[in-house]
Amino acid sequence: MKKLRVVLLVAAILVLAAVALAWPRAEHIPSSSPQAYAPSSANIERGAYLARAGDCIACHTARGGIAYAGGRALDTPFGRFYGPNLTPDADTGIGAWSADDFWNALHNGVAKDGRLLYPAFPYTNYTKVTRADSDALFAYFRSLAPQRQPNRPHELGFPYNSQALLAGWRLLYFRPGVHEAQPARGAEWNRGAYLVEGLGHCSACHSTRNQFGANKEGLDGGLIPTLGWYAPSLTSGSEAGLGDWDKEHIVALLGAGISPRGSATGPMAEVVARSLQYLTPDDLGAMASYLQSLPATQAPRPDRAPPAGEQVLAEGRRIYEAQCAQCHGDDGRGKLPAYPPLAGNRAVTLTPAVNAIRMTVNGGFPPGTKGNPRPYGMPPFGHELDDAQVAAVLSWIRTSWGNTAPPVTAVEVNRYRAITSD
Amino acid sequence: MRSRSLRLFFASLFGVAAFAATAAPQTIPDTLDQRLLACATCHARVDARGNPVNDSFYPRLGGKPAGYLYHQLLNFRDGRRQYPLMTYLVDHLPDAYLREIAQHFAALPPTVLPSQPSGLPAAALERGRRLVVDGDAARKIPACVACHGARLTGVQPNIPGLLGLPRDYVNAQFGAWRNKVRRAHAPDCMADITARLSLDDVAAVSGWLAAQPMPIDARPAESVARPLPLACGSDPEAR
Repeated sequence: MKKLRVVLLVAAILVLAAVALAWPRAEHIPSSSPQAYAPSSANIERGAYLARAGDCIACHTARGGIAYAGGRALDTPFGRFYGPNLTPDADTGIGAWSADDFWNALHNGVAKDGRLLYPAFPYTNYTKVTRADSDALFAYFRSLAPQRQPNRPHELGFPYNSQALLAGWRLLYFRPGVHEAQPARGAEWNRGAYLVEGLGHCSACHSTRNQFGANKEGLDGGLIPTLGWYAPSLTSGSEAGLGDWDKEHIVALLGAGISPRGSATGPMAEVVARSLQYLTPDDLGAMASYLQSLPATQAPRPDRAPPAGEQVLAEGRRIYEAQCAQCHGDDGRGKLPAYPPLAGNRAVTLTPAVNAIRMTVNGGFPPGTKGNPRPYGMPPFGHELDDAQVAAVLSWIRTSWGNTAPPVTAVEVNRYRAITSD
Repeated sequence: MRSRSLRLFFASLFGVAAFAATAAPQTIPDTLDQRLLACATCHARVDARGNPVNDSFYPRLGGKPAGYLYHQLLNFRDGRRQYPLMTYLVDHLPDAYLREIAQHFAALPPTVLPSQPSGLPAAALERGRRLVVDGDAARKIPACVACHGARLTGVQPNIPGLLGLPRDYVNAQFGAWRNKVRRAHAPDCMADITARLSLDDVAAVSGWLAAQPMPIDARPAESVARPLPLACGSDPEAR
């Protein structure tokens, strides 16, 4: 008995020692000078631009609420998070924060009061942001009108509400560190990498998360939990891999929300509307170059599904001709720039087919942007077509004009029909 | 059947040429009709003969005051009205485009819809008529006609008409005001009025309204006697 106790004690000490050694140490990089975060118009302007690049507004603004005053709910498999108030109100916002406090949150994922922050705030990406950019962001947020709006506490059940568990998570999945430039790849590539991996936090959606909610390295795509959209792999040729795209088409998709290869829909429409449309063509070009340079990966082959029956395909074709062809064309080539092609469009042929199902059921508009201020919309068909009909028309589209994707079943359609669309 | 009905409503309601699927034109009309086909599937439903359908939840848009329509688009986008599909559709459309969309539908002729006979007993219908036409001064309930116009076809530019709406739709709006899931800019006059109505009042009003025939010219009135009985944030002219 006594022996067992000693063994357990020694084991506990060893574990603690290992944890202490591997602890993600907070990394402090000082400001170059107080001028770096001074409320100068140059700092504020640059910070505003960087805040756009980081899409901070998306999580830190409630629907219809005051910009950056917090309150938007973010549902995850672990509970519901609420974006906090970023305006400089002394009690409810970041009015009492210093530039170092702000850096510590962005870079180390630690709040002013020392609490560990949840990675729903994507500091696993933001840690790559330079101190100079952090300071400009700080200057910008400090320039906003203070809004007294108390933060809503996150709604997390046990054990996810435990700081100890969060410390363990950070031990496994988080290392602070600014983006390290690779001079050999050139300035444009490095700028793109900095934006994509850092503020852009593309991997928050475009990578698989494990059962603990941690992103895998890379941008190989994944189902966005609870939102019910699939963020395609940006590196696989069979999904949205960008290797064979014209760079200008990538820039158009990111900046205007439409391109000859497809349109931004679902959560990506939001990213374009609130963030990417405000970036300079140079920055979008840099992001495109970086994304195109990523080594191609192979998307997992979908399970071989038996092809849809002839009758189903005939029904699908009939529905297509009646409902879809007038915009997307008999040949599936669409009518640019308003109506994207369905032939060879990976958003249509992706497996799982969730995005195609949701577009058919809910329709939608690409985002209204400077480059496309009056978008053409797609009607919702959820009230016109039942599950079997949606499955039939998608199965037909997914095997026509050279498309070779597995069929869609009514059960799949039903699963995604119920997800709320807002 | 479905394709025929779709083509018919494009043709009849939006006045654009019907597209045969086999002869789809290669150029896309640079029109709002074309851009807004997404709205038509619900708000311009027609039966197989091309007649307007009014048996569903979706209100018609044609001829409604532009300011009213614009505010509703903003309300859906900003969460003051709750209908997930509408919020999703307008979520990333800029103000300028939403205003243009509102003006587009406001400029279309109103769809004259047949009334819906109500199954309410005569006493309930009379109660509905009195509330609509006279209000109830003792309970500080203004008459609907005091703001929505003597003909109940609404008033430019912000006050909607009340005829030709599906009864279920009207009931749902009262329910939403009562439960504070439909809101407008303060002062939220309709929320205030709804708080003074009993459920029986609501049923009587919606039943009577739905049973009224629409006038042939269902366009909104140009003006109404002001000041209105209540201040409304969605109609700043009222203050």
